[in-house]
Amino acid sequence: MNHWPYIIAAYGLTALGTLGLSVASWRAMRKAEALADALRRER
Amino acid sequence: MHAFANPARFLRIARPLTPWLFWGGLALLVAGALCGLLLTPADYLQGESVRILYIHVPAAWLGMGGWTGIAVAALVQMVWRHPLAGVAGRAIAVPGALFTAICLVTGSIWGRPTWGTWWEWDGRMTSMLVLLFLYFGYIALARASAADGRGIGDNGGVSRVTAIFALVGAINLPIINRSVVWWNSLHQGPSITVRGSTIDMAILWPLGLTVLGFSLWFGAIVLMRMRAILAENKIEARLARMAREGLSEGMGESGGEGAREGRVA
Repeated sequence: MNHWPYIIAAYGLTALGTLGLSVASWRAMRKAEALADALRRER
Repeated sequence: MHAFANPARFLRIARPLTPWLFWGGLALLVAGALCGLLLTPADYLQGESVRILYIHVPAAWLGMGGWTGIAVAALVQMVWRHPLAGVAGRAIAVPGALFTAICLVTGSIWGRPTWGTWWEWDGRMTSMLVLLFLYFGYIALARASAADGRGIGDNGGVSRVTAIFALVGAINLPIINRSVVWWNSLHQGPSITVRGSTIDMAILWPLGLTVLGFSLWFGAIVLMRMRAILAENKIEARLARMAREGLSEGMGESGGEGAREGRVA
């Protein structure tokens, strides 16, 4: 049995999950901090 | 610990630390994964599929470590009312759930060529699946309590029920750890303990890189999510203050007009 398709699938799904959460967390942080700064400047 | 109770002080440390943890973690885990894929030999029994070890084991440890963090945060929040403990618990939940899911999926993929099955309802796999459902429950409870403003201390933390749920859920952690000892399982017994490892060093060494890399990356994601929660708290507080000020100004104007009208009359 060729094991490499299983290895590629495992690493690919891990990369997809970690990359997706990185982007989502970074965007949520940037958006919230930018809005908080904008409101502070507005005062 | 209370030295970091101040969110402003926490942010002064978290802002420069986030990119260091993120990029450092990413570099280590990519290096570890490449070493594991290209430099280590295949296992004499499992063959090439042993390379899944380098992502499966860190994912399992961080899934369990994440819940340990949530339980400690819940205890700190309930006992000492630390203002950042509930925020930390909320921030850990999603990456913890992700790593638990990665552990289950990579374990299932690894199981097919080595055991001949994708899934087996044995102690290890079932207790790990229970951990994933515990994460889902915690995320739902934490979001509901944060949305209702019922967090302890009202600072973006989680409600008392959510904190108790986190503490009760921690009972599952020793069950996961000892499951391969207590019950018959397709899963191998404990191969990495505090006394050492039964895995040959020729295969084991890249695991240190991926464990450290994923741990640093996990820390960076938790800091990002904590910063997002703290910023959202600031936004809500400022919007509420602006609304109050607008309302009082409006009332002041209408009150003044009323007084003038009264004087005219």
